[in-house]
Amino acid sequence: MAGQIDKFKKKHYGKAIVLGIVSLVLYTILFTEQKVLNEVFAKGGYFALLPIATAFLFSFVHGNFTGNFWDIIGISAKKEKR
Amino acid sequence: MHDLAAQASNFIDLTTTTAVYLFIVGFIGGLVSGFIGSGGAFVLTPAMMSLGVPGLVAVASNMCHKFPKALIGALKRYRYGQVDVKLGVIMGISGEAGVLYGASIQEKIKHSFGDAGSNLYVSVAFVLVLGVVGSIILKDVMKSLKNHTSDEEDKVTALARWVQSIHIPGTMVYFKALNARISVLFTIPLGFATGILAATIAVGGFVGVPSMMYVLGAPGLMASATELVIAFVMGVGGSLKYALHGLVDIRLAMLILGGSLFGIQLGAIGTTYVKPFMIKVVMATIMLIVLFSRALMVPVYLSQLGLISRLSDAWVNVLKSTSFAIMILALLIGAFIILKGIIKGLIAEHQLNVKLAVKHQTVSGGR
Repeated sequence: MAGQIDKFKKKHYGKAIVLGIVSLVLYTILFTEQKVLNEVFAKGGYFALLPIATAFLFSFVHGNFTGNFWDIIGISAKKEKR
Repeated sequence: MHDLAAQASNFIDLTTTTAVYLFIVGFIGGLVSGFIGSGGAFVLTPAMMSLGVPGLVAVASNMCHKFPKALIGALKRYRYGQVDVKLGVIMGISGEAGVLYGASIQEKIKHSFGDAGSNLYVSVAFVLVLGVVGSIILKDVMKSLKNHTSDEEDKVTALARWVQSIHIPGTMVYFKALNARISVLFTIPLGFATGILAATIAVGGFVGVPSMMYVLGAPGLMASATELVIAFVMGVGGSLKYALHGLVDIRLAMLILGGSLFGIQLGAIGTTYVKPFMIKVVMATIMLIVLFSRALMVPVYLSQLGLISRLSDAWVNVLKSTSFAIMILALLIGAFIILKGIIKGLIAEHQLNVKLAVKHQTVSGGR
């Protein structure tokens, strides 16, 4: 039982660390390159796909990170008990 | 079009304080949205505008953070078995049409009556819709409290039973949330109205969730979770529309998203710890406080349009600040109720775990 819990925690820790680093890299790029990004994203037309794609990318990476984050600190959905 | 281009090129400089502020507001907004399906976004547009972000850029950036947030929230709550994807997609598509229609009404009003006319229209829509819908939900909450039925599953209303009894050949679809077949001719106008409201006050869910509960007969938990699918479908289209004009400030959108993705996960987790009845409590509380906040702004816009005597600048500032503060308060009270529910639920679960462990030990020791 304890082994299973350790395995579960290790899996979540590993995922959270990787996703956290990727998320941090994405946010760093967003702010260090903000001038270029703003110029390109504000062009409109076909460039309109860029903010949409960025939103999907951030939601995938950062969304999965935040999910794992709450699991690690012990806040997860209620489990049915009998 | 010239106006759009001017606003698009007018992106603000970001400071650390601004970034932290947006992250925190995003977190609280996400928490509320994860719990009641919507409701966090209404404060974000004014919050961005208070930093000097042009109105259209604030609306566009808000929408561009909303759809990925709704996607993550919907996926999370889908795992808890609370989402009816089919109902969400069907209402979301008609909602998209509502968004376009709502936006065109806004443009016409702005063209004819200027910014003050447009703002007055939004505030009156807030007051009327939140007044009517918020009162219906509050009445339902009070009834449950009076009859001591807050622990029970949601009852299907007489109106929903009637809707479910109507059979229109060629339009009937089975929906998991309702456990019944209903005509899409009922869901289409509801989705459309949700879209119009989303384009007007930025929170379509204030019509979407109650309409799924009281008109279609969905339980509160499923209605609030399905609303996230509707928000996602409507949000993608809406964001694309604004992005075509280059109005999305991706930095603002992603900063708010950064906070709101923490919040939406927590809000979704919260739904598994509280009684379904709490969804209605949080929704009614937020709606009625926000109504008061927007009502305060009506005299300001009436005065700007010359329909009442002119208010002094000092009065306008007092009313604006008070209105914004009350709006923030509404969100904070909603977040407090949700967090309290989660903490209570976690403590109760921990105590149950301890009890079960003791019982298990006693049984093992007895053998």
